[in-house]
Amino acid sequence: MGLLEAIIISVIAASTPLLLAAAGELVVERSGVLNLGTEGMMIMGAACGFAGAYLTGSTFVGALFGIAAGAALSLVFAALTLGLAVNQVAAGLALTILGIGLSGLIGAGFVGERITPAPRLYIPLLTDLPIVGKILFGQDGFVYFSIALVATIWWFLYRTRAGLVLRAVGDSHTSAHALGYPVLKIRLLAVLFGGGCAGLGGAFLPLAYTPFFIPGMTAGRGWIALALVVFSSWMPGRLVAGAYLFGAVTILQLHAQAFGLGIPSQLMSALPYLATVIVLVLISRARGSAGSVAPASLGIVFVPDR
Amino acid sequence: MSNPVPVSNPPARAPLLQAIGITKLYGSFLANDSIDLDLFTGEIHALLGENGAGKSTLVKTMYGLIQPSAGELRWMGEKLELSGPSDARGRGIAMVFQHFSLFDNLTVAENVALGLDGVESFAAMSARLAQVSRDYGLPLDPNREVWRLSVGERQRIEIVRALMQNPKLLILDEPTAVLTPQEADQLFTVLFRLKSEGRALLYISHKLDEVKRLCDTATILRGGKKISTCDPRQETAASLARLMVGAEIGEVKATTARATTIPRLLINDLSLEPDDPHGVLLKGVSVEVKGGEILGIAGVAGNGQDELFAVLSGERFAEHEDNVIIDGHAAGHLTVTDRRRLGAAFVPEERLGHGTAPRMKLSENALLTGHAASHMVNHGFVDRPKTLETVDKTTKTFDVRKAKRDPEAASLSGGNLQKFIVGREILREPGVLIVSQPTWGVDAGAAAVIRQALLDLSGRGSAVLVISQDLDELAEIADRIAVMFHGHLSEPIAAADATREKLGLLMGGASAAASGGEKEAMHAVGA
Repeated sequence: MGLLEAIIISVIAASTPLLLAAAGELVVERSGVLNLGTEGMMIMGAACGFAGAYLTGSTFVGALFGIAAGAALSLVFAALTLGLAVNQVAAGLALTILGIGLSGLIGAGFVGERITPAPRLYIPLLTDLPIVGKILFGQDGFVYFSIALVATIWWFLYRTRAGLVLRAVGDSHTSAHALGYPVLKIRLLAVLFGGGCAGLGGAFLPLAYTPFFIPGMTAGRGWIALALVVFSSWMPGRLVAGAYLFGAVTILQLHAQAFGLGIPSQLMSALPYLATVIVLVLISRARGSAGSVAPASLGIVFVPDR
Repeated sequence: MSNPVPVSNPPARAPLLQAIGITKLYGSFLANDSIDLDLFTGEIHALLGENGAGKSTLVKTMYGLIQPSAGELRWMGEKLELSGPSDARGRGIAMVFQHFSLFDNLTVAENVALGLDGVESFAAMSARLAQVSRDYGLPLDPNREVWRLSVGERQRIEIVRALMQNPKLLILDEPTAVLTPQEADQLFTVLFRLKSEGRALLYISHKLDEVKRLCDTATILRGGKKISTCDPRQETAASLARLMVGAEIGEVKATTARATTIPRLLINDLSLEPDDPHGVLLKGVSVEVKGGEILGIAGVAGNGQDELFAVLSGERFAEHEDNVIIDGHAAGHLTVTDRRRLGAAFVPEERLGHGTAPRMKLSENALLTGHAASHMVNHGFVDRPKTLETVDKTTKTFDVRKAKRDPEAASLSGGNLQKFIVGREILREPGVLIVSQPTWGVDAGAAAVIRQALLDLSGRGSAVLVISQDLDELAEIADRIAVMFHGHLSEPIAAADATREKLGLLMGGASAAASGGEKEAMHAVGA
């Protein structure tokens, strides 16, 4: 296995959890809800996903545990922001803090344990092809699923009536309500979907990336996923590009450190975050002339009058 | 034009929709108090009343958005219980909302699809949309996003969307509030056609002349109760207004001889790039307002009025210092506060969020515009008694009705909050007052109070600039009227010479020479 091949494979692995979590958040934000609790839902997904896989010995069951944990935590968020009309930013931040704490508690008994990492696809001949074989046909299920997920989300948003209604709710909840659409119900479903995706993104870490659980192992990936949604200007296609760009910067700085360039390693580790900030600034500057593309009702609490 | 699908009629003179004793309670507040109403096919029925009289609550009940606390609806003689708007649409009830229920970032076709219940494919729906909009002379480009469209075009979407349901009953909530006179005429042609097709129409409007011209029956609400049902053609605008308000509305009059003296507000060749992508470029705007004069600026919303207000109030700076001159001082580069110190006062269009901070008390809101020039601040400390005094004085002078002495701004009704905002500025006796849409969405009683106050202020020698879309209002109070179109301000014309036709054509961008052709085109579309 050549160096290039190894780098690409590790880039994909670094990008996949970001893509999973960001894809869910994109749907949530398209419905007009800003859930800043992605980091909390991811780490809960990691802890519960590892617990599930360790107890049953199945990566698949672990992934389901991760999805359920993320969705369950997002239900708390939905109850607060949709049911009680609490400020979404505050509720999202609280959710992250809750998730980090709770996952530490749940995962405490599993620290130091190991599991078998998720199996990788192997198709005779195809996977054995030089260079592209391992990259295209030798990944684990999470990777293929994440790409399929984004494609499905694109199809859903732009090609189905339900997707149109979701975008409409995010654009103007008052208009949607006046036309008789159940705004809160649609948002609840979106939030649960986003929670499940974040949970799965988190579960990817102990199930496929490293075969063990450590508290706080999401290490800010939830926040990067949130930034990616803005970076993508709420468009699924750009989300893939953004996630892989970020994954690439993360991996390349590791390799650069290994080469010993004489740059402090802390600075190198900060590079991905720095890159995100720079890209976000560039994007919002470039967009200045075209107007904002954020869903117009994003983050605004809706209380129907009846 | 092809014939529309005929609407099946119930037996003659049996009401299509009957409201019997409709009552809606919000807590202890009676929004609707056992209202009866009969709507017939082939009839345009007006629903009149002041703000807060219960009109919106009643029509929302008929559209299934609100469940009544008591009473029932009957549809073609049978009891009707609506589970929601899509249920109402399914039975043939359509509604055009006052505040459009549109989605700015979606296309026209997507907006229309959302108002239908999705039984046909998107392609079939788009084809039908093109057909209906052509049939009724309401042209629309299905692939444009709504934010690119003018207000008139946006309303066209609402109407076409309603027509595509082939409704038996069409409810229109103040559809002409935002239209030019010509656009309104075009709408009336469509409404008459719908009536002749045997549909029932329920029409809410504040404009009584319109109601007299258009409607066969009128029901008047006041304080949630039905006051009377009458034939508006037999009534005068004044008698209808009396029924709505429950008291005589005084005609506004200039109080003193209006001495026109030196110019107090001068706008000199003001050009300005918009600061947001959807804004309008101001092109060489020049005008002067003398002391003792009211200058009206007419125009359809979105032609640069917002930009003009921002640069006059100091929210944006002009290019050159002397583009704006207040009482002889070059003010183009002064802040809002400094302009207030020069004796200017500003009333923006948007009451909540621009004119006031909605969640702050009235006294705090009084301080927000009054701190520079009204001695409400003592060495950096707020003089609370003084701010409360301002609230009390405004309340008394302008008859602001509110539940408490010092409530949150958002808790006041539109008309009362507007009286407070205008009153707050007028009590400071500004030398120059710039006010945008002073009576937007305000009922007749409150509007009369505000207009009278503006006239009185100018009678005391102040220069008043009124930006308004309401031509009747400008005709009532302005001495001269100029029209804003695409960022350009026309020469002001004396109010006495400003006919509706003349202003309407200027508002549509026609120069005097082109007006003949414009009219013909309009007839062709409406025919």
